[in-house]
Amino acid sequence: MSFDTFIRLVYIVAAALFVVGLHMMNSPATARRGNQISAVGMAGAVVGTILLIASGSVTATGTLIWPIIVVGIVVGGGVGAYTARTVKMTAMPQLVSIFNAMGGGAAALVAIDEFVKAVGLGPHTLGTAEVVATVLDVVIGSVTFTGSVIAAGKLQGIVTGTPVKLPAGQAINVVLAVVALVAALYLLFVGQVLGILVLLLLAALIFGVTMVLPIGGADMPVVISLLNAFTGTAVAMAGFVIDNPVLIIAGALVGASGGILTKLMADAMNRSILNIIVGGFGTGDVAAGAAGAVAGAAGGSVRELTVDDAAIQLTYAQHVIIVPGYGLAVAQAQHAAAELAGLLEERGVDVKYAIHPVAGRMPGHMNVLLAEANVPYPQLWEMEDINPEFQRADVALVLGANDVTNPAARSDPSSPIYGMPILDVDKAANIIVVKRSMRPGYAGIDNLLYTDPKTGMLFGDAKDVLTQLIGAVKGL
Amino acid sequence: MTLEQLLSSLTIFVLAILVGFEVISKVPATLHTPLMSGANSIHGIVLVGAMLIAAVANNPLSFLLSVLAVAFASMNVVGGYLVTDRMLEMFKKRPAAGAGKPGAKHAAGGEA
Repeated sequence: MSFDTFIRLVYIVAAALFVVGLHMMNSPATARRGNQISAVGMAGAVVGTILLIASGSVTATGTLIWPIIVVGIVVGGGVGAYTARTVKMTAMPQLVSIFNAMGGGAAALVAIDEFVKAVGLGPHTLGTAEVVATVLDVVIGSVTFTGSVIAAGKLQGIVTGTPVKLPAGQAINVVLAVVALVAALYLLFVGQVLGILVLLLLAALIFGVTMVLPIGGADMPVVISLLNAFTGTAVAMAGFVIDNPVLIIAGALVGASGGILTKLMADAMNRSILNIIVGGFGTGDVAAGAAGAVAGAAGGSVRELTVDDAAIQLTYAQHVIIVPGYGLAVAQAQHAAAELAGLLEERGVDVKYAIHPVAGRMPGHMNVLLAEANVPYPQLWEMEDINPEFQRADVALVLGANDVTNPAARSDPSSPIYGMPILDVDKAANIIVVKRSMRPGYAGIDNLLYTDPKTGMLFGDAKDVLTQLIGAVKGL
Repeated sequence: MTLEQLLSSLTIFVLAILVGFEVISKVPATLHTPLMSGANSIHGIVLVGAMLIAAVANNPLSFLLSVLAVAFASMNVVGGYLVTDRMLEMFKKRPAAGAGKPGAKHAAGGEA
């Protein structure tokens, strides 16, 4: 058996480990092991490739092979390791987006480099299949690269989270699509010219920006997940370009699983992927109209609580359910929430957390944040398990959650969020809502929960209010 | 690429897509973020492709393209796996983080 054959077998094992690892990530008990198994597969494939190049069993005519590989791995790996270790858990979604941008960029670069080399040898040296794969790889990879960077910027607050309406945005996109299409057809049927590929590249890079800019910050999780699936597809195309099965398998695996995950996320938000990409509800006139219609009614009947009232209600309750949301993540108040919960438990109050599937900045993000704040895992209840518990609860404490608690999703067929699965917070005996202001959530509609006579509002930053609450509970 | 190679590559591609659909369909929402991050690390496999193009790079433009590709892909791989592990570590160290509904345990537990 030649060394080349041996490494091909290593690739097959690596691909199998990716599948097994991804499968084990389906359950909390085995998830970490699953990720490690996938990492072992990756290490095997990378080391195997290095040995393959070193052994000379693969064409290695490059003149700077080792400096390029060593510098690339040390610099890229170093930056990746440093940021992964130091990033705050609240900033983690944007880091994942940046890593995704890197993958998409690398996939596009591989195809561009292959094209440059082929063109150097003379015109028409690539077969039709390679040209198709190259075009798809460059387009998808480049869109992912700039799109993910913009998405990360929106989550980090560098790029505005509000949807940016580009002047003649649709016209720009049509022009970009036409340019890309013409360039692709030229490369396929007329000639393989580097300048045309650069044109295609530029159109795709710009399209990544114009695609993500008009989408609101709250939709970024779905966008990042979608771009993650894009990168997988781009990597699979890179596999076709350089004829490497492990790239095809891993890329297709991520493309498909990322697509499913994107759909799951969008479903949990009661949105269609197409709706998010095209924009619309939550950003345009529809939402403004809906908000205006209810705003008047909402104004008068909101009851404001003092911190001391709230502290008394919480301390003398038997069952308290905490409903954390986006506002808690933004205020980085998860530690304060955990401290308050601990204090209440010391006083014999039963505390549970109700986790909506899309609470936080990404599905599952709230679980990560609360885990970081040392909240015991069994206290985190998923939506379908906690909903029957609300009617037993004396107090529901809503921390920066909005649309996921709006009873209109159950009762008002004309509401834009009608049908979205929500937490039945309104079934609790008393409701305390901690919120910055009466501003509607990202869906742009008023929350019927706030005008419920059982509801008391505590206005302010989640972290400040919780700190005051902790002080007040201690003083009782 | 010969027609034979293209066909076998396409076969692999289609089957891998089907595996990807199947492998993920039953995930609790709790794990969506780590799972996205974990899948994100796997497409770092493009590092293999980046190194293979570096192996045949022999002009300044190719040097630049391949060193960028290797660096980008390395960041994807190393950062991706580490940050996923950091997230999952926090799930793991919980006592009694077993599967199944936590509801049963809570209903039985008597509060003060």
